[in-house]
Amino acid sequence: MIGKESTAGRAVKFVFLGGWLLFTVFPLYWIAVTSLKAPGDIFRFPLAYWPEHFSLENYSGLFGTADFGTYLANSLIVSLVAGATATAISMLSAYVLARFEFRTKSALLMAALVTQMIPSFIALGPLYLLMTDLRLVDNRFGLILVYIAVCIPFCTVMLRGFFENIPDALEEAAMIDGLSRFSALFRVLLPVMRPGIVAAFIFNFVNCWNELFLSVTLMNSDANKTVPTALNGFISSFNIDWGSMSAAAVLTILPTMLLFAFASRHIVQGLTSGAVKG
Amino acid sequence: MPVTSTTPSKTAAPAEGAASRKGGLPRGGRRKREFTTRRGLAIVAYMAPAALFVAVFTYYPMVAGGQMAFRNWKLSDLTDTSWVGLRNFADVFADPAWGTVLGNTAVWVVGSIVPQLVIGFALALWLRRRFVLRGLYQALIFFPWAISGFLIGILFRWMFNSEFGVVNDLLQKVGLIDEPIAWLADPDTAMVAVLVANVWYGVTFFAIMILAALQSIPDELYEAAALDGAGKARTLFRITIPYIRTTLALTVLLRVIWIFNFPDLIFGMTGGGPNDETHIVTTWMIKITQQGDYGRASALGLLVVAALLVFAVFFLMATREKKGARP
Repeated sequence: MIGKESTAGRAVKFVFLGGWLLFTVFPLYWIAVTSLKAPGDIFRFPLAYWPEHFSLENYSGLFGTADFGTYLANSLIVSLVAGATATAISMLSAYVLARFEFRTKSALLMAALVTQMIPSFIALGPLYLLMTDLRLVDNRFGLILVYIAVCIPFCTVMLRGFFENIPDALEEAAMIDGLSRFSALFRVLLPVMRPGIVAAFIFNFVNCWNELFLSVTLMNSDANKTVPTALNGFISSFNIDWGSMSAAAVLTILPTMLLFAFASRHIVQGLTSGAVKG
Repeated sequence: MPVTSTTPSKTAAPAEGAASRKGGLPRGGRRKREFTTRRGLAIVAYMAPAALFVAVFTYYPMVAGGQMAFRNWKLSDLTDTSWVGLRNFADVFADPAWGTVLGNTAVWVVGSIVPQLVIGFALALWLRRRFVLRGLYQALIFFPWAISGFLIGILFRWMFNSEFGVVNDLLQKVGLIDEPIAWLADPDTAMVAVLVANVWYGVTFFAIMILAALQSIPDELYEAAALDGAGKARTLFRITIPYIRTTLALTVLLRVIWIFNFPDLIFGMTGGGPNDETHIVTTWMIKITQQGDYGRASALGLLVVAALLVFAVFFLMATREKKGARP
């Protein structure tokens, strides 16, 4: 216990906590309400805090006039494949960094940190030229390769934190029983680590789903655009169509919000154990 | 809690995995040494896929981008990519907008970090004690983290809309303003607006990190303080803050680096406007990249890296000094 709280103290606390909650939730509420208004009602005074006429017109427009279904599918494919592959690859590197002592270890960890410090824009030009040489510009497979590389450093650091929370004895026992290191990793450690692996995958998925600048640079045909690239197209036009924009925003936010809600406890654990320890 | 491993304490050693692992080391170490070659091969084989991806798609473009800073590298004329020494850097400093960009960057970093730290700290302190629905509360305030900075920029761009924005509507309802404000049309109010959006986004990270650190403080410390009759403020400044100082310092360091490198929100919200007056260094870099001057954009990028390295070194030195002074 941290000592008794006075009644006044409690009141201040709950006003603050309640206020912050309102402030956090309100923008999400507002974009959802906007998206559910009939397109004309968005620009009508007084502003309605609850739609007078519920309408899905903004949403149907996205799939009719705009090709939002394609963008969603592209984002889904790219984020799933890149997120899962990056998680698998990072498991191997995280395992080594958690379990072995070797000379280049701190250099490797430093190399992972440096990728987070350098503004990504410095790499965009050369990356575009490299992908042109590889004939992977405007290609979902190409974007997947790049996203895997983007996800690996932080995912490795995060998973390393999870590995370090599992005692060595577990796989040592398995190896004494005759399992190779690889099968010990997969048959013994993987089941124990499942929450951590799911959290790492969700973190990767959300990062790929939200990524804008690489996608804008590498994907130029309409058939290959991801959702953020499409949103960027919406705001680049002179007049923003806030009806379509709000519906698109809701469709973009909803999947990642559900995933985060599902895994928030493990993501928090991954962030605090991996990132703080560095 | 692994956080405790960065938090030195003389009291009760926190029970953590690291302690038991260290105890097991000599035996494991000896066994591992017997298979040096196999061990080396395993390390290489397990690291190879990650290293390959990061080397090809991250490091190669970064290094290639770095050397562009010293070349004439313009998309408009790819026939002449000759070395130009420091000309791109000179161009960066000679740009009349550079002063505004630097000033905005300082406002952006400090104006984001300070409120994020203070509010995040308060949230963490109050979330430490259990209350009904605390789990739900934590899940809800976690939501901003699922959204991209770019999209957050768009959400707040809509809320700060001069005609149909809900911010103006609410402020008029409570009587704080009489006339709608064209928030994003004036550089000063536009900076306020992007800062509000970034505080909304970033508080959660501080709250999570600080809460984890707070939970590593042994209850006995607080009990002892209460016995000695220490008041709330005294307990906060004599026990809580010193105990989690390392975590606080590291979190601030990580966030400064990250916010510095975070053009997404401003890009989505103001696009650097009006009249390029809300650009920070990294959105400025986007603009120059879009103009096709890769050389000058790379020079800017290298300046950012240099500034962050200098900052990181000074920051770490400043926080380590205090650590040495501890008994």
